[in-house]
Amino acid sequence: MATRLPETDVVCLGVGMVGTMLGLELTRAGLNVVGLEGGLPRNTVPDFQGPAMHDELRFAVRKGMMVDAARETVTFRNHAGETALPIRYIEAFLLGTGLGGSLVHWNGVTWRFQDTDFRMRTLTEQRYGKKFTSPDLTFQDWGVTAAELEPYFDRFEYLLGTSGKAGNLRGKKIQGGNPFEDPRSRDYPTPPMKEPYGSHLFRKAAQGLGYHPFPQPSSNLSTPYTNPEGLKLNACVFCGFCERFGCEHFAKSSPQTVLLPALLKDPRFTLRTGCQVLKVNLDSSGQRATGVTYADSTGKEFEQPAKLVIVGLYALNNVRMLLLSGIGKAYDPQTRTGTVGRNYAHQTVSAAQVFFDRNTRINPFMRSGACGTAIADFVSDNFDHGPLGFVGGAYLGEVMTNGRPIEFHPTPPGTPGWGAGWKKAVAEHYNHTSLITVHGSSVAHAANYLDLDPTYKDAWGLPLLRMTFDLPENDLKMSAYLTEKAAEIGRAMGAKQVVGLPRKGPFTTTIYQTTHNTGGTVMGEDPSTSVVNKYLQSWDVHNVFVIGASAYPQNASYNPTGTLGALAYWSAEAIVKRYLKAPGPLVHT
Amino acid sequence: MDESRRKFLKNAGLFTIVTGAATVGACTKSEKAEQPKALTFFSPLDFAFVEAAISRLIPADELGPGALEADVAVYIDRQLSGAYGGGDRFYRSGPWREGSPQQGYQLRFTPAELFRTALPALHTHFRSQHHGEFSKLSPEKQDEYLKALQKGGIDLGGVPSEIFFARLWSLTVEGFFGDPAYGGNKDMVSWRMIGFPGAYGAYYELVDRHNLALRREPKSLADAHRHGLPMDSGMDPNHAAHAHPASGAKET
Repeated sequence: MATRLPETDVVCLGVGMVGTMLGLELTRAGLNVVGLEGGLPRNTVPDFQGPAMHDELRFAVRKGMMVDAARETVTFRNHAGETALPIRYIEAFLLGTGLGGSLVHWNGVTWRFQDTDFRMRTLTEQRYGKKFTSPDLTFQDWGVTAAELEPYFDRFEYLLGTSGKAGNLRGKKIQGGNPFEDPRSRDYPTPPMKEPYGSHLFRKAAQGLGYHPFPQPSSNLSTPYTNPEGLKLNACVFCGFCERFGCEHFAKSSPQTVLLPALLKDPRFTLRTGCQVLKVNLDSSGQRATGVTYADSTGKEFEQPAKLVIVGLYALNNVRMLLLSGIGKAYDPQTRTGTVGRNYAHQTVSAAQVFFDRNTRINPFMRSGACGTAIADFVSDNFDHGPLGFVGGAYLGEVMTNGRPIEFHPTPPGTPGWGAGWKKAVAEHYNHTSLITVHGSSVAHAANYLDLDPTYKDAWGLPLLRMTFDLPENDLKMSAYLTEKAAEIGRAMGAKQVVGLPRKGPFTTTIYQTTHNTGGTVMGEDPSTSVVNKYLQSWDVHNVFVIGASAYPQNASYNPTGTLGALAYWSAEAIVKRYLKAPGPLVHT
Repeated sequence: MDESRRKFLKNAGLFTIVTGAATVGACTKSEKAEQPKALTFFSPLDFAFVEAAISRLIPADELGPGALEADVAVYIDRQLSGAYGGGDRFYRSGPWREGSPQQGYQLRFTPAELFRTALPALHTHFRSQHHGEFSKLSPEKQDEYLKALQKGGIDLGGVPSEIFFARLWSLTVEGFFGDPAYGGNKDMVSWRMIGFPGAYGAYYELVDRHNLALRREPKSLADAHRHGLPMDSGMDPNHAAHAHPASGAKET
């Protein structure tokens, strides 16, 4: 029997970036907020300090900062005809845990999705007609526009101190920035990072081919910065231990560096770590949440009553929490009805390997998580899809992050898998190989979805999330086309050999691709095809807001975090300015 | 340049840069006396197999020492007796079923159980094929047998040989390229071979010196401790003055 605690105004599920942002916005609005974090407390000092942090085996290979699969994982199958099995070693994505969440171990790549992403269905049909794509591709509009979100993108970038160069300042194109971005109200808070050698070669080659290269926006900072919360960050030193690690230098934007110290000072905020939320509780009508039930680290169960519930877990866990709590109707792929779990998408990432001779030293270890140079000429609908037969796109970039040798030791095709020939090839190519990333979109497909597994359970006895996913034909075509474009740039970089490695099906859980799992609680204008409205408020239970990349109706070409930060501020403002004054649905249908 | 910053750069070894012609990190031999190797997991017969196998997987040659010389067998022994071997971060609940390749590893065995099961079966299988010990075979014959294991189809007491081989190979790569703190990569031989400068580096001043030939002794976690690099005191810019390696960058 759970112990009932005194009621609070707000309970935040998860104290990662979303929980921290919402926690601060809501305490400032005068509310008492309880933050429940499943993992451990941790801070830059002492938890992320070196030398211990610079341990490839512990943190990158054994994934020391990630969710412990022994307690909690996801089951997987490629299609509904298979039996899903648990992912026993989590490899394909990095599920974070602990105070600060995934924005402790992220790379810091900070983009804004484009208006063509937010209005993908409308604009695709306008430009290419209603019959351009298969009816199985269930991509849809988000219910917001880039212009509506601009002030929130701006605020999030200034919170993080993002380093970059504007390409479109209030409608005026700026040379050297991203010419395809929607108008921004002001430049990035800090100038672009220094350009490593491989990125420099990419920029020259891309320019020569008529493309428009620019520095990738980075929240590993180019200069010291003081953010609007008064918190100071250092310039990044390009140590090459970024993604999968915490930053000891205070140079990567994370909840710990940009916001948490301000929140933790506020007496209206209560942080409880080691607390696993088991479900959101509903009243007898099923239309209002009364709080949550959680288990603390000793296993004792508590009921935390609250007037407002913010579900701010990792995208996959947001979906699972709604399913465990019976909020909304689970998606059924047979009848294509129901919404929770629908439109799960990922990110179609591939690469071109660029092998140079020994006179070109790439020094892959002198990198940061988000430095490098990219082009957006093939992002979203920035190019004509008419003759190509697919939707979506990718940015191409020389955006290498590290040269950590257990995982990075590229060899050209034809190299033996082991033995003297392998060793020779590794020694020959380690410092002379660059990678061009093809960071591709992931379209929603009626057969790809998330639900609860009927067999496998977590350590608390609750059903694991079941992922049913394969790469849609649309995305395989996109990957093949754009990986070849990346290889063309690689050849123009002066390489002796370029190897394009387009993404091939079937989707596999055994190799890392990206931690950009999206969808499942998608936002939209129609409750029959979305779980939350444009303010990320549940259509079914108005005092539950579900904030995360789970709200994305499909995934776009760019990395998702910048858009998530903008949506979190957008949602927080709607709660503070409108919902608190008149609690109820913010959108009526 | 202020004194603290100069000291940092000196400690970080950044004053030994050369530019121009390609250079390879200088090798230094360990002058420490050899310690006897204590085994925490393998039997002597197991260990003889692992030592012989890894010396074929990453052999010593003109490029430098191989996995055997880098103490990778010791690394694997310690990994299997430790948390990794015991199934750390491994979802262990049943039911167990054969899955598709995309569903990944689906055997019941922890890594330690997998080696405990496969190695005796391997010794038996090997004897039935070759009437001797793997470690006494010619390198060519050893390669042949390893290729047969890798190809698969040999049942090692319930462990398919291709799964056993894949684990042995991934552990070999980890032990060869990982930090010496874990018992392999002795004297950082693999890092010297490829030119990886090691666990710690601050490259703010170097990253835009394109095509730089960096010559620097690699730094292991132990070296970083030994040289007192300013990492354990914290670099919080919100608190006391600190010597940050990118302090040349100006706030805008």
